Amino acid sequence: MAKPEPCLTELLPQEAIASIDHWISKYPPGRQQSAVMAALTIAQDHHGWLTEKLMNGIADYLKMPRIAVYEVASFYSMYHLEPVGKHVISVCTNVSCMLCGSDSVVEHLSKRLGVKLGQTTSDSLITLKEVECLGACGGAPMLEVDKQYHENLTEQKIDEILAGLEK
Amino acid sequence: MVNIEIDGISLEAEQGDMIIEVADAAGVSIPRFCYHHKLSVAANCRMCLVEVENIPKAVPACATPVADGMKVQTRSPRAREAQKSVMEFLLINHPLDCPICDQGGECELQDIAMGYGGDVSQFSEGKRVVVDPYIGPLISTEMTRCIHCTRCVRFGTEVAGIRELGATGRGENMSIGTFIEKSVDSEISGNIIDLCPVGALTSKPYRFSARAWEMGQVPSIASHDCLGSHVNIHVRRGEIMRVVPRDCETINECWLSDRDRFSYTGLESKQRLLQPRIKEKGQWKNVEWQDVFEHIVTKLGGILESEGPEQVGFLAHPSSTTEELYLLQKLARGLKVENIDYRLFQQDFSAQQSDPDYPGLDLTLSDVESLDAMLVIGANLRKEQPLLNIRLRKAAQENGAAITLVNTISPDLNYEPHSNVLLSPQAFADGLRGILKALYLLKGDIPPEQLNSLNVDSWQQVCAEKLLESPNVAVILGAQVSDWPNYHEVREVARLIRSLTSASGGELSWGANAAGAAIAGMVNGESGFNSYEMLENTLQAYVLWGIDPRFDVADPLQAVTNLKQAALSICVNTHYDETTETWADVMLPMAGFGETSGTYVNCLGNWQSFTGAVNPPGEARPGWKILRVLGNFMQLNDFNYTSTTEVIDELRGSICNKLSSAWKAQEGTPHSYSGSELTRVGTHALYRCDSLIRHAVPLQRTKDNTEHSVGLNESTAHRLGLIDGQKIRVRQSGDWLPMVLDIDNALADNAVRVDIGFEGSEVLGLIHKPIYIEGVSE
Ligand code: SF4
Ligand code: FES
Ligand code: FES
Repeated sequence: MAKPEPCLTELLPQEAIASIDHWISKYPPGRQQSAVMAALTIAQDHHGWLTEKLMNGIADYLKMPRIAVYEVASFYSMYHLEPVGKHVISVCTNVSCMLCGSDSVVEHLSKRLGVKLGQTTSDSLITLKEVECLGACGGAPMLEVDKQYHENLTEQKIDEILAGLEK
Repeated sequence: MVNIEIDGISLEAEQGDMIIEVADAAGVSIPRFCYHHKLSVAANCRMCLVEVENIPKAVPACATPVADGMKVQTRSPRAREAQKSVMEFLLINHPLDCPICDQGGECELQDIAMGYGGDVSQFSEGKRVVVDPYIGPLISTEMTRCIHCTRCVRFGTEVAGIRELGATGRGENMSIGTFIEKSVDSEISGNIIDLCPVGALTSKPYRFSARAWEMGQVPSIASHDCLGSHVNIHVRRGEIMRVVPRDCETINECWLSDRDRFSYTGLESKQRLLQPRIKEKGQWKNVEWQDVFEHIVTKLGGILESEGPEQVGFLAHPSSTTEELYLLQKLARGLKVENIDYRLFQQDFSAQQSDPDYPGLDLTLSDVESLDAMLVIGANLRKEQPLLNIRLRKAAQENGAAITLVNTISPDLNYEPHSNVLLSPQAFADGLRGILKALYLLKGDIPPEQLNSLNVDSWQQVCAEKLLESPNVAVILGAQVSDWPNYHEVREVARLIRSLTSASGGELSWGANAAGAAIAGMVNGESGFNSYEMLENTLQAYVLWGIDPRFDVADPLQAVTNLKQAALSICVNTHYDETTETWADVMLPMAGFGETSGTYVNCLGNWQSFTGAVNPPGEARPGWKILRVLGNFMQLNDFNYTSTTEVIDELRGSICNKLSSAWKAQEGTPHSYSGSELTRVGTHALYRCDSLIRHAVPLQRTKDNTEHSVGLNESTAHRLGLIDGQKIRVRQSGDWLPMVLDIDNALADNAVRVDIGFEGSEVLGLIHKPIYIEGVSE
């Protein structure tokens, strides 16, 4: 018999559970699974990244198969399935950004930070991530720092962004 | 009805049908990967693109419903163009190395690529590489071959009812797997091997051992549950290479349980009995058939003469063929022996005269799917008759059937029953009587006096209402009930419930051929002992047909003790080991699954005959031949059969009335239950039910077989000072058995769940009898 894992309520603080409940209440009864993305976001905001325990906890809480939660969490690039630095820089390399030079954005960032895509700086300050289209093609090339978009990037602009990141 | 045209052929179709269904029915082939007639439509592979008049772009035939006057072209230049482009896309990331792929030769992708693929690839970039996840001992993965059709994923959700596989990651990084390493544990998981159109999911035991074109195919019947699923045995040079399902809409559809699919692996076991053996002065020696028959004639003949036929017992496994069972009882009766039985786990024979002609159901499996309400008693169908559970699940999910489950142990469920009630063995019959009382009251009748003292709880009330008010209802008794000391009492209440409603139903049984055994007369005569009496008393001689007394009888300890004491214990079986040597005096090697012809009668009353696919190994012989020769050696008349057909025809000829699975009313007071101590509850372990299964190594390695624990509810555990996960030991009449405690709060107070038949359990005793439990210090 599968041993029950820690309950979500043991993994997250009361206010996080309350806001997940709030999202669940937005959907008709029995459709609590619709709140999975919100629940993952809330859990990540509290813990920094999504552990297996958190995902399982969410699955059990929303009464859905665990694998279904893994599917959602692994599909969207905004969910982190591994520990990340204090800041996450997500560079879009999808078509529009690629045509407008996202390759050199990545190259510049890699050089400045000394890490490759998917890696975190040794001081655990910054994680560099490659993501798909963030819907800001009009401002390509673009990247996102934490939850803030930065568009029409140039090397100089990137340097300014990096300089502005709090330690 | 709508009229459509496919490739110029005018066809009639049902409104709502998809183009592909109509084309399939008409024999027009449309290439496809993700579509499967038993699964939902995903329309994600796009291989089935066809051209439809007045629609500018090609449309997927699997997801486009027909409309009146629709004209479909499946081979027009535009359709071909679309299909070829999709094929090219699918091959971009697919390895082009069919010669080293296990699926080669029977691969849907390979076949379709022959028709629709290009001769050179325009794609010169590197292909994606995917890590192969470990998903258990039955299924191998090779995920670079996966084309993301999601058939395996949909099967989990829609048929198996547990979603274990999923598509994680995105775009080029999408992959099918469990994400977190774990085995796929469904009891019907092997079906994804058949479903997977490519070589991504293949059979681990069979992998790389043969090619499809090297094998012949022999239709047969699966030998482990009372459904009698249809199978094809794939044979190469006299060896069974694998077993696959054979379509049979009325029984197994296109599915097969893992037990029926992988059990053949037990045939190759090193523990196969290959030569007749005799124990002389404590020494075992291999002998010829002639010698062993002469030995039996002398020994058995001597005992019959000196001790009388009352001192001889014949016991057979309920998965033996009907021919074997018929001949075995004919042999016994020819020797004036009336101690005959196949009901190896039964304890209660008090109302045997009310038994039906055979244990079974009086409804079809498609009837089960369309039931509106059901009462299922003492059954854990997923682990007992896995493919029947699929039908029940469909009734619940698609038909909204209100299913009431009443059990002593929590069943493994993959659907939401209307109510799921757990009762202690002691309270069980009265629990059902509550439903009976509610039925009387609902019908405006006065309940019989005996029910006066009972209360009607809400679950009983609702169950009664559903059974009375719904149009299609059934009451089904699981095979577990037949093990209980108050079997007949429970069955009689079930019968009364049926008689007050229009419920169809009946009972399920252990093994593949309990119905055939009953029909063949493999039960004790009026003066004879039943299986329980035979093994609780010491007889002078026993014949055990297909039985390992450590795992196949109600009280293994007592059985083995008495077999050791008997002057002659004859073991006829496919397998043996050193423990067999401790109790047997003679061993006869018998043909196993696929090695003999025969007939099984399933719980629906279907007589299903099959031929042997291969010859038995070594000196092993088909059971019916052994009995024919033994009959002649014992100088009995009419034992000159030349085929199983002759045997089964003789049996058929002897049956005058139409056979029925209906229970007859019982007379007298049934055995009821008493006692309030700790009581053992449990069911038969999924992969331990016969010798073949017990030697099927891949099945023995599954989680179903490796994780046995003792279940107790929290309050009982608390009273005994035990905690979850703790090391404990349990004992019935014999030695202590070390186990681990698993708190299961669904269990009734004082119910101790220890299943039957797993390795080690042979030191325990009877089900629903007292059991002792204590903590073990680490
Ligand atoms: S593993 Fe096979 S069945 Fe599953 S998605 Fe891939 S190709 Fe389809
Ligand atoms: S392609 Fe980069 S934002 Fe859309
Ligand atoms: S079979 Fe129609 S899209 Fe896959």
